[in-house]
Amino acid sequence: MLVIGELINGMYKAVGTAIEARDKGAIQKIARDEIAAGANMLDVNTGPYAKDPKDVMKWLVESIQEVCDAPLALDSTKADVIEEGLKIVKKKAMINSTNADNAKLDVLVPMAKKYNASLIGLTMAKTGIPRDRHERMEHAANIVTKCQEVGFNTSDLYLDPIVLPVNVAQSQGIEILESIREFKLLCDPSPKTVVGLSNASQSTKQRPLINRTYLIMAIACGLSAAIMDPLDQDLMHAAVTAELILNKTIYCDSFLDAHKK
Amino acid sequence: MDVLKETWAGKINEVTIGATEKDGGTRTSQITVGGETTLPFLFKEGAMPHAPVIAMEVLDIEPVDWPETLKKPFGDALRDPVKWAVKCVEEFKARLICVKLAGTHPDFGNKSAEDSAKLIKDILKAVKTPLIILGSGDETKDNIVLAKASEVSKGERCLLGDATEKNYKTLTASCLADGHNIIAESPIDINIAKQANILISEMGFPMERIVINTTIGALGYGMEYAYSIMERARIAALLGDKTLSGPFVCFVGQEAWRAKEAKATSTEHPEWGDETSRGIIWETDTAVSVLMAGADILIMRHPKAVEGVQVYIDDLMKNKGD
Repeated sequence: MLVIGELINGMYKAVGTAIEARDKGAIQKIARDEIAAGANMLDVNTGPYAKDPKDVMKWLVESIQEVCDAPLALDSTKADVIEEGLKIVKKKAMINSTNADNAKLDVLVPMAKKYNASLIGLTMAKTGIPRDRHERMEHAANIVTKCQEVGFNTSDLYLDPIVLPVNVAQSQGIEILESIREFKLLCDPSPKTVVGLSNASQSTKQRPLINRTYLIMAIACGLSAAIMDPLDQDLMHAAVTAELILNKTIYCDSFLDAHKK
Repeated sequence: MDVLKETWAGKINEVTIGATEKDGGTRTSQITVGGETTLPFLFKEGAMPHAPVIAMEVLDIEPVDWPETLKKPFGDALRDPVKWAVKCVEEFKARLICVKLAGTHPDFGNKSAEDSAKLIKDILKAVKTPLIILGSGDETKDNIVLAKASEVSKGERCLLGDATEKNYKTLTASCLADGHNIIAESPIDINIAKQANILISEMGFPMERIVINTTIGALGYGMEYAYSIMERARIAALLGDKTLSGPFVCFVGQEAWRAKEAKATSTEHPEWGDETSRGIIWETDTAVSVLMAGADILIMRHPKAVEGVQVYIDDLMKNKGD
């Protein structure tokens, strides 16, 4: 499974402060820590309060690329902010994200194709958060159709079923897990799947446990990627072990170390 | 109709054996193996930049369990390892020599580490191909013998073996200090193969210099199982498992000539046909099978089998088309 480190996000106070002060070292340390902990890709989000998000995106990408060569997931609601990053990435990037609205798809799918990036497609639209697996599938189908129209390879598409906090939308858990299974049947080559994991435990008292359990269940449903906290070692170990049990990796006594090689 | 093609994210490590003068050694040639980004010989799906290579085996004592058919081509040279090595290179055109220090085993000669070291030095002088150097398989003795052999061949970038899950530290330290590559051995067990590689790499030894010996069985002696282990390891590597991304070495000669079908005389088993070709066929078949499973280095014995398998490799590599 692709582990996308979520920690470089201006929404977090320390990161927001570092961005404001243009403290390159602080950002670079987070990047290095995430990679050392086993992240395969780093999410880069300027945060909601950046005064000039395009500039911030450029600065973040440059700063991170100075110290690590991991691919980046450029995370913004604004297409022009994402494009600023796409222009300078050294590795195949990921766009985080489009939703299922045509207005967004018409911009971001061609952009993903142009820059040879992969693309996260949130299975939601202006009409709101999906209520069940059927609405998710409907949005997913719309995204897939758009990709096919544009000639964007659907194996570079990561569909996101929209993970909701378990304390406010308990009935959604099973809908989300089933969607992960069903998305893959939409087209050939199959789209991949991704979740924003930490949302599952928002405002609960047992965040790590809920995240961990959620991730393992999603992996069992065939999840391809998760945006998550790679510094949560128990979470990383659980993911590695889940893939082992699914026979996706080969067992050896040091399998937890093997994962980091 | 479109042909479905598999593409892989991983790549097998490239391992170079032998150091020329330019690299601080005294070899006149080098052998590089590995580098595949596809299953064997599927040139349309990925790259196989280096052809598999055959190493001819030389023992430091006269072989006791070799049948006449196998001894015959070497003649007197079997009693003189240096002469034997020279014969392999000059007469049988070997590009890689594998010296097995079998005679250091406490039960089979018990030669000293000093004698072995001298032999390695003599062979390095007499032949200029890269060398593979193996112990006798006795762990305690190997730790003394191979340390010394490593030392006297320092800078020649040999391939030394075998390190095992239970006995890897001394050999790894030697190979690290003297700039050699290492063979990691496991008993036809993919989990132990992976573990051995990790243990060796955790001593600071680069994964890129490990050659994997998964151990094989000859035709009729577990070859299918060995094949499946190699295939599984290779697929894992191509899918990105760095801990199994080493090239494979296969002891084809040793395993094939252990089979009674290869060794038995025509008098013992008239129904099995001519003994002079039977063993050669056995060794050739075993070699061809492991090539299909991804073998990068074949350690072989009979010159006729070596010749035949080399023709086979050359033929397959013609499809490389670059």
